[in-house]
Amino acid sequence: MNIIEIKNLSYEYNPSTKVLENINLSIKDDDFLAIIGPNGGGKSTLLKLMLGLLKTNKNCITKNLKNDHIGYVPQNTNLNIDFPITALEVVLMGHIGKKRKLFGYSKEDIDCAKHSLEQVGMSGFENRKIGDLSGGQRQRVFIARALCAKPKIILLDEPTASIDVKGQNEIYELLKQLNKSICIVVVSHDISVLLNYAKKVAHVNKNLVYHSLENIQKNISTTDEHLCEVELLSALGKTQICCDHKHQD
Amino acid sequence: MLEILQFDFIQNALLAGVLISIAAGIIGSLVVVNKLTFLTGGIAHSSYGGIGLAIYLGLPVLLGATVFAIITAIIIAILTLNNRSRVDSLIGLMWAFGMAIGIIFVDLTPGYNVDLMSYLFGSIIAVSSDDIWFMGILDIVIISIVVFFYKEILAVSYDSEFAALRGINTKFFYTLILILSALCVVAAIKAVGLILVIALLTIPTYLAETFSNRLSTMMILSSILATLFTLSGLAISYFYDISSGASIIVVAVVILTVVKLLKR
Repeated sequence: MNIIEIKNLSYEYNPSTKVLENINLSIKDDDFLAIIGPNGGGKSTLLKLMLGLLKTNKNCITKNLKNDHIGYVPQNTNLNIDFPITALEVVLMGHIGKKRKLFGYSKEDIDCAKHSLEQVGMSGFENRKIGDLSGGQRQRVFIARALCAKPKIILLDEPTASIDVKGQNEIYELLKQLNKSICIVVVSHDISVLLNYAKKVAHVNKNLVYHSLENIQKNISTTDEHLCEVELLSALGKTQICCDHKHQD
Repeated sequence: MLEILQFDFIQNALLAGVLISIAAGIIGSLVVVNKLTFLTGGIAHSSYGGIGLAIYLGLPVLLGATVFAIITAIIIAILTLNNRSRVDSLIGLMWAFGMAIGIIFVDLTPGYNVDLMSYLFGSIIAVSSDDIWFMGILDIVIISIVVFFYKEILAVSYDSEFAALRGINTKFFYTLILILSALCVVAAIKAVGLILVIALLTIPTYLAETFSNRLSTMMILSSILATLFTLSGLAISYFYDISSGASIIVVAVVILTVVKLLKR
């Protein structure tokens, strides 16, 4: 089932420069889609349009789900790390905006938040200050916050940008687990997500080029050969892709 | 020594010190975590325009300052929400313009000879029972709003984009935080004066932040520290016959420095 359908979407911040032009994209409920592309190519803009943080006046984006069921993990979770807030309170933010108790958090909300933390492997960190956690742990807390909304789809904007390789793989393994029941859309420059985790890839640079990754992954072995990332990424920007982008250094 | 506590003006000063410290601890925490120190400084200084205007028109000074500060807060909220690029220049402009209006209106007031310095540097000894009522009611208003909207205020302060996504009216809460800071500033003018009020809002908070895992803890701890600074500053100002506002700030900075050095 398609949960988000984008048809002929164009977007501009000012009339002279189009950021996105004639974008077409269908996202299915079991997808693991990677959105790649150069800086300034419009990846984050596309994500914000899907979320509804940016508005388009035309009916280019059809969502077969309520906005409440879209989880979002923002790009820079390293901002504001001095802020006095605990991991549990960050996750509880996922519940705001719904029916509310007069004061404080309801027991269901707290239980749900604790359960979300458990899902991402962060039990026991409830009362830790968010700034005292490592980048990878913090990212998990933000994924837990997105899970709080019981989402059908989670959009992540460069979730591994400031995390070491081990932490990155742990995050992707987690996303793979979650992908069993939730659609995952991740904006990333990271080549390992493309090769090992994502099922589809969309290359966004004003225009969008879409590939299913299964064939590419089968044809590329990363065990004993080095892969030229730059060539693969630029190849994904072309409509026709041949799968010989292996390089021996 | 304890007989000085029998004087009405000393009792008023102590009560005012405690009431102001409670408001400053709560609002100061919000100002610091939202990085609104400069904005609050702008509101504090432009409220002098309201003081000047009230003196000129013969209205109660507290009323003039309150109305003026709230209007400034709303203007600053609108400016900062709509024009992100030159916000600091606009705040600087309002900061200076408010003070200039204040000075001009006081100049225009015939035969006016009240000590103007008391508004700039504070004179908690001269606090009236009307001022105490104002501070007490303000404390109740601030505590009620913060307790009732705690979740929303926390969410908007920590991650306003996400809060907006969850359907929270972030502009409303941003404006609310600025208006509450404006009211807190006006109430604190008597205690520390409008030049030093920013220090009372930020120093206890800065110290409290190092020991707090939660915004609520930070607010309570800041209020306690602000009370401590205010009361000891007041005692020093009484015994050495120096300005109360300045004494309070010096005590706060000395304690802050000592704690930060010991914690290293």
